[in-house]
Amino acid sequence: MRLPAPLARIWAIFMKELTQVRRDRITFGMMFGIPIMQLLLFGFAINTNPKNLPTAVHVEDNSPIVRTILQGFETSEYYDFVLKTSDPRESAALLMRGDVAFVISIPAGFTKRLVRGEHPQILIEADASDPAASSNAIAHANMIVSRALRHELKGALGYLSADAPPYEIVVHPAYNPEGITQYNIVPGLLGVILTLTLVMITGMAMTREAEQGTLENLLAMPVCPLEVMFGKILPYVGIGAVQTIVILAAAKYMFHIPFVGELWVLIVGVTIFVLANLSLGFTFSTIAKTQMQAMQLTFFFFLPSLLLSGFMFPFKGMPHWAQIIGECLPLTHFLRIVRGVMLKGAGFMDLAAPLRALSLFTLLAVVVAMLRYKRTLD
Amino acid sequence: MSDFAIDVRNLVKRFGKKTAVDGVSIQMPRGAVWGFLGPNGSGKTTTIRMICGLLKANEGEGTCLGFDIAKEADKIKANTGYMTQKFSFWGDLTIRENLEFVGRLYRMPNLKQVVNETLDTLGLTDRQHQLAQALSGGWKQRLALAAVTMHDPKLLLLDEPTAGVDPQARREFWDQIHRLSSAGMTVLVSTHYMDEAERCDHIVYLANGKILTQGLVKDIIDDSGLITFRAEGEGIRRLLNMLSDMPGVEHASYFGSALHVSGTDRALIEAAIQTVKSENAVWEEVRPTLEDAFIALMARAGSDRRIHA
Repeated sequence: MRLPAPLARIWAIFMKELTQVRRDRITFGMMFGIPIMQLLLFGFAINTNPKNLPTAVHVEDNSPIVRTILQGFETSEYYDFVLKTSDPRESAALLMRGDVAFVISIPAGFTKRLVRGEHPQILIEADASDPAASSNAIAHANMIVSRALRHELKGALGYLSADAPPYEIVVHPAYNPEGITQYNIVPGLLGVILTLTLVMITGMAMTREAEQGTLENLLAMPVCPLEVMFGKILPYVGIGAVQTIVILAAAKYMFHIPFVGELWVLIVGVTIFVLANLSLGFTFSTIAKTQMQAMQLTFFFFLPSLLLSGFMFPFKGMPHWAQIIGECLPLTHFLRIVRGVMLKGAGFMDLAAPLRALSLFTLLAVVVAMLRYKRTLD
Repeated sequence: MSDFAIDVRNLVKRFGKKTAVDGVSIQMPRGAVWGFLGPNGSGKTTTIRMICGLLKANEGEGTCLGFDIAKEADKIKANTGYMTQKFSFWGDLTIRENLEFVGRLYRMPNLKQVVNETLDTLGLTDRQHQLAQALSGGWKQRLALAAVTMHDPKLLLLDEPTAGVDPQARREFWDQIHRLSSAGMTVLVSTHYMDEAERCDHIVYLANGKILTQGLVKDIIDDSGLITFRAEGEGIRRLLNMLSDMPGVEHASYFGSALHVSGTDRALIEAAIQTVKSENAVWEEVRPTLEDAFIALMARAGSDRRIHA
């Protein structure tokens, strides 16, 4: 049976399209890879009610009642005691570096004063730079303590369980006391915008040469791969600088984001981060065969960067495996730097770890790009 | 220093399972103009790319301008001008910007002056600010030739430089090649055009990745051993199919308004012609042309085995 003419022509184009799509391996892979990645990330990794947030405890009173309270915090699953500290100055540094999200302090004589009905204080210092990460845990603190003490305050201590709680929880939401979301998002946007634009632009750098046939000409002239790479990357370092200035100006004048730390530390961080993204983009362009594929690789990289870096969802609230992936993304480390400098006033030494991670990433990307760059047409 | 501009032996290049170039040896003296001929897919482009370091040979060795083709690709590139088959300059740069870019890569002194002179020689001064992609085919080729010769290379490799270019532009292009050659440049040019091949000092004919024959135009024709008869007249249009299948006829084909019938056995060819002889066709024996020789060579070498563009 012969198809009617329009159907036959639709069929012809359909078959041709199918053949072409099948032959473009990367596109084909992306069509299945991206939905699966979205399913996994949105389904498992993202948690808007983050639990098991790393917490340091600073306890100067070691009584059964205090132990019960601490146990209550731990069983609530919001707080995960990762270390004990005895020095209050250390707790400040822990929060600054982002090692912990909370420091819970119970002062000496807490139990004695509780029994006397003097309403002693429990201090929770919180890293509130990301309000979404800390707010739920803080909101539950009162309930956690009162539930923990319900069994203790019976019999002889029954007088304490009357209407008002016999203790007071004092919360110090450090770095962003008003819990303004923009404080967390706008500095983060700097990293997101740099990631998207720079990886994509350099991703197209070599593929454009290959697609237009100019690569053969470039290879035939006396220029070595590293020279090509630096030459291609340099203009975009400038573009990254302009983007940074625009975003920082908007952060200051439009969103009134505080800038507590030192500018030069941020400049160092931004520079390494820009280089990391550019060399990654260049690596992509040595893998992709067409500009279209380079674009797809960029999105394949951008999606986890957006979701697993701590930009949109609290990093510490993600499951362990997602945090490991997140640690491999440059944006994760840059967010620690930019939020650290702007909101927490972190200094160069406080940010040594993320700066080191970014440098390592850049180095690896350059090495891979150089290994993949073809000197010949083979 | 070697007397040869190109001195390569037994070059082999495989792409996967296919052998694109299969044991090619070329000894090309300095200052010569050599033509590189052969059907599509015979390995001309691949050979040229191996000579200038764009492809690594699987087997074989040799030198180009005295530099090892396997180890000293950078030095070869610095002293060679390679014009690709497909226009490979930057269409989104202007003519001037393309020339300046190339000049900077070769670290040419007095760049501005050199570019001005080049534009002048090309007759492109008026259009120097046009994007290269806006040029017609002939002008693109002239721009490419200017760009690859600006750094005064010792060796010029031209890969089908005149494909798709009109006859007038082709003629001018070849005048340029001869001008460059008389200035001391060594030129290896691949082509499909017989008139271009006849302008070369020496021809290398490649088929299926092997050199089938090489030498002077005259020698190649003699070596083919062909005997060619030419027919003219109104009646010849019907004769081709009849003659093609006759014993002893290696090939029969039209050359303009004439029909050429060639073979190596005189008696068989004369017999074949006798059977189709009619009043409105005039037959005479002629000296085979280069094209007759190549058609015969191609037919003897077999089919196209092209595996890359």
